[in-house]
Amino acid sequence: MISAAPRHLRQPYDVVVVGAGPAGMAAAIGAKEGGADGVLIIDREREAGGILPQCIHAGFGLHHFKEELTGPEYAQRFLGQLLTHDIEVLTDAYVLDINPEQQLKVMSPHFGVTILDSRAVVLAMGARERTRGAIRIPGQRPAGVMTAGFAQKLVNIGGYLPGKRVAILGSGDIGLIMARRLVLEGAEVVGVFEIMPHANGLNRNIVQCLHDFGTPLYLSTTVAFVHGFSRVEKVTVAPVDAHFNVLADQGWDVPCDTLLLSIGLIPENELSRRLRLRLDPVTGGPVVSSTMETSRDGVFACGNVVHIHDLADFVSQESFLAGRSAGAYASGYKSLSDNIRLIPGENVRYCVPHTIASEREHTVYLRVTRPMQACNLRLGTVYQRPLRYAFPGEMVTIKVKPSFLERFHGEALKIDIWPRQGDEP
Amino acid sequence: MRYDVTIIGGGVIGCAIARELLRYRLKVILLEQECEVGFGTSKSNSGIIHAGHHDDPRTLKGRLEWLGNQAWDQLADELGFGFKRVGELTVAFDEAQVQTLHKLKAQGEAKGVPGLALWESERIRCEEPNLSQEIKAALYAPTAGVVNPYQACFALIENACASGLELLLEDPVQAITPHADGLRVTTVKRQLDTRFVVNAAGLFADEVAAMAGAGTFRLRARKGEEYLLDKRLNGFVTRLIFPCPTPASKGILVIPTYDGTLMVGPTAHWSDKGDLATTPAGSDEVFSSVRRLVPGLSELDCIAEFAGLRAVTEDEDFIIGASSVKGFINVAGIQSPGLTAAPAIAELVRDILQDEGLELIPNESFNPYIKAPIRFATLSTEEQVALAARDPHYAHIACRCELVTEGEILAAIERGARTLDGLKFRTRAGMGRCQGGFCTWRCLGLLSRELNLPIPALTKRGNGSWLACERLNHD
Repeated sequence: MISAAPRHLRQPYDVVVVGAGPAGMAAAIGAKEGGADGVLIIDREREAGGILPQCIHAGFGLHHFKEELTGPEYAQRFLGQLLTHDIEVLTDAYVLDINPEQQLKVMSPHFGVTILDSRAVVLAMGARERTRGAIRIPGQRPAGVMTAGFAQKLVNIGGYLPGKRVAILGSGDIGLIMARRLVLEGAEVVGVFEIMPHANGLNRNIVQCLHDFGTPLYLSTTVAFVHGFSRVEKVTVAPVDAHFNVLADQGWDVPCDTLLLSIGLIPENELSRRLRLRLDPVTGGPVVSSTMETSRDGVFACGNVVHIHDLADFVSQESFLAGRSAGAYASGYKSLSDNIRLIPGENVRYCVPHTIASEREHTVYLRVTRPMQACNLRLGTVYQRPLRYAFPGEMVTIKVKPSFLERFHGEALKIDIWPRQGDEP
Repeated sequence: MRYDVTIIGGGVIGCAIARELLRYRLKVILLEQECEVGFGTSKSNSGIIHAGHHDDPRTLKGRLEWLGNQAWDQLADELGFGFKRVGELTVAFDEAQVQTLHKLKAQGEAKGVPGLALWESERIRCEEPNLSQEIKAALYAPTAGVVNPYQACFALIENACASGLELLLEDPVQAITPHADGLRVTTVKRQLDTRFVVNAAGLFADEVAAMAGAGTFRLRARKGEEYLLDKRLNGFVTRLIFPCPTPASKGILVIPTYDGTLMVGPTAHWSDKGDLATTPAGSDEVFSSVRRLVPGLSELDCIAEFAGLRAVTEDEDFIIGASSVKGFINVAGIQSPGLTAAPAIAELVRDILQDEGLELIPNESFNPYIKAPIRFATLSTEEQVALAARDPHYAHIACRCELVTEGEILAAIERGARTLDGLKFRTRAGMGRCQGGFCTWRCLGLLSRELNLPIPALTKRGNGSWLACERLNHD
C-alpha cells in the first residue's frame, strides 16, 4: 500500500483529488492523461485505496481488467499506475475546507494546517453506511449492532470476529459479502432480513454468499426489536405488508449476539455542501454534467460521492472521465457545454450524468425504482432497447451515441422503462 | 479507616455532591455501579438547564430549579464543559394557551427569574422563522440553557478526585448496616465504614434506601425517548422550543444541543427500570409533536436515538433529607429539573449533613478549576493552525463527522475514559452522522494501546458490553 507524506508540496497543482479510493485513484490517472502536470491525491486514512484493502473477496476488475481480482489486488494495480504516472499521494491528511477559488485547507500530522492552490478539484470522498439511527430500529441499545462495513474492517483488517451468532438486516452487497466471510471464519449467520420484497445486492452475491452456504434470506421481513442490555441477546424479526407496516403478531425471535446492518450507503458530501454545490435530492450527490463537472466551474466529482455504484469497476470508469475532464480544464481546454437535460421518467429513480452534449458519446447510468421483467428502455423517442429484467440493485447503463441525436432538436430527453407490450420486440 | 461520607451513585447529583463536599476537609468516597460516572440517567436526558420559571415554587424542585440555574455559569467556567444560555420559547397555539403563558410568566417573576417576555407572532417569525405559522404567542425566557450533562459529570468527578475523592467504579452496593455510631457499606468488592451515607442512586435510590432500612418511598421509572438529527439542521432552530405545558409534562421539545445537533423529545411513559428501548410509537409521537412546533423537522434526518429513565416519586417531587436511619441521607426522585437543580442540591445536601453533625472545615487547598478539554472543532482557524503545528496529534482527525482529533482521544483516555462510550461522551467521536462507522476502529486501537488491553477486552460501556471476540487464528 502507498502511504506518503510529500515533504515538499509542489503548489499550485493542476488537479487535486480528494479521496484515494477507487474513484480518486482513477480520477488522478485520468487527470494526467487529460493533460494535467501536477496531480495530488489527498486521503484521510493512513493508506491509499479507500475501502478496497478490506474487500479481500474476489469479484473486482472483471469489467476493467477483464480478470477477477480481490479488492487489495485491484487497488494495487491502480497504486502501481499512480507511481508510473508520477502522481503525489498525501495520506493521513484531512481536507478541512475548500473555497470557491479552489483553495484547499488541508491538515496533516506531518505539516499541520496548510492551504493548497489548485486549478481543478475532483471530489471523490465516497460514501458512508446508513446506521441504526437512520431507520430507527426499535429496541434496547446494546453493543453488537454495527454496520457491515465496520464488521468487515474488524474481520479483514483487525482479525477479530464481531460476534459468534450474527443476524444481518438488509441485503446490500457488503452485508452479503460479510455473510459469507463470517461463515468462513466460523461464525453462525442466522439469516439475512430484507424489508423490500426483493434483494438489494447483486444477484451473483445472493447466489455465491447466501445460497452456496445455506444462509436463509427472508424478504419483506425486518428487525422489529433489538433485545439485550449489555450485548445483543436476540432480535425480533417480523414480516411487513405492502406499505412496510410491521406485522408484529407474525414476528419471531432470533437469538444472536450481533446485528449487522447493510441498509444502504449515503454519499459523503459534506465538502460539496461547504462548496454550495447543487445536489440531487435523489442520489444525495452533486448534479453533474457529462464531463462530471459539478455546478461550480473547475470542481468535478465521481464515484460514490455522486451516486452509489454496484461495482468498483464502474466507479473507475466514471472517475477516469472525471479526471480527464479535470485535467483538460486545468490545462485550459474548454469543452462545449451540454445542451440536453436527462429526465428520469417511468420507473427510473435517477440518472447520471444529469445533462449530455449531442455531439459526444456518453455512458449514462441509471437505477430503477422497482423490479421489472421483460421491459423496454426508452430514451425519449430517439432510442429504445429491450431489457430482460431491471432490478433496483443493479445499475442500468446506456451508451448514448451522437447518431441517436442527429435529428433531435429538443432540450430534454426523458428516460423511461416500460413493461413490454404483447408483440413489442 | 473510616470515611466521613460515602456517596452512592455517580450521576450528576452524586458527582456534584462529591465536589461540594471536597471543599471541606472530609474523607469522601463515591461508589458507582457502572464503569464510568454519568452512565445512567445523567447521560440520557435532554441536557437542558431550565430557565427557572417552570416549576411551582411551593415544591422543593420548584425552589431548587431556579437556585440551580444560577450556578451553572460559574460551574461551566471552572470546569470547562459545554454550557450555553440559548434561551427558550414556550409557544401557544390558542387563547387558552396564551393564558397559561401569562401564568407561567407571573410564576417565574414571583421566583425572581429575569427577562421573561411575551412575544407576539411577528417577533417569533423574525427570531425563529422555522417555527409553525400557527403559533400565536410565545413566552421567551433568556435564562434557559443547554449543557453536555455527561461532560459535566466527568468534569465534576475529575475536580473532586483532584481534591482527594476516592472513586470506586463497577462495584454495586449490596448491604448497608448500622455499625458503631455510623454505617457499614458492603459492596461486591469490599466493605467500608462511614459516618454518613448519601443515597444518590438515581433510579435505584429506593432499593438502596430499603437496604439501609430507610425504605419509605418507591421510585417508578418514566421513560423518555429522544431523537438526534443530522447536523445539517444546525441553526434551523436556535432556542429551546417548548409546547405549552400540561399538568403532566413539560411536553416534547426541540432542543438545539450545545454541540449544534438538534434533538427532539422526550416522551414520558411509565416503564420498567431496565427498559431503555426506543419504540416506533415513541418515534411517531415525538416527530408528530415536534412537527406541530417546527414543520420542517423529519424522521428522515434522524441519526441516532436513545431513551432515558426518570426516577419519579409518588408526589413527583424530590426527596432530599435525613431518614429514619441515623447517618443515612436520601437524595431521591431527582427527575426534571434535576440536572438544572444539581448544584443547588449539592449545597442543600452539604447543609443537611452539617445539621446532622458533620463538621465542615474548609479545605484551603481545594482548587475549583480543572483544565478545560481541548475541542478542536470549536477553535478558530488561527487556534487550529497553531495547535496542529504544536502537536501533531491534534493535526490528525480521528472522527471525521465531528472533527475530533487523535489528540483529544488521547487526552480523554488520560483523563479517565475506559470505554468506547466514555470516549464518545468526552470527545464526541462517534456521535456524528456516521455513528462511529469510521472512527470506532481508530478509537478501539487507541484505547487498546493506551490502556494496554487487547481489543476483545474493550467494551462499549463496561458490564459485558463487549465489542469483538478473540483474535482469529489462521496459522
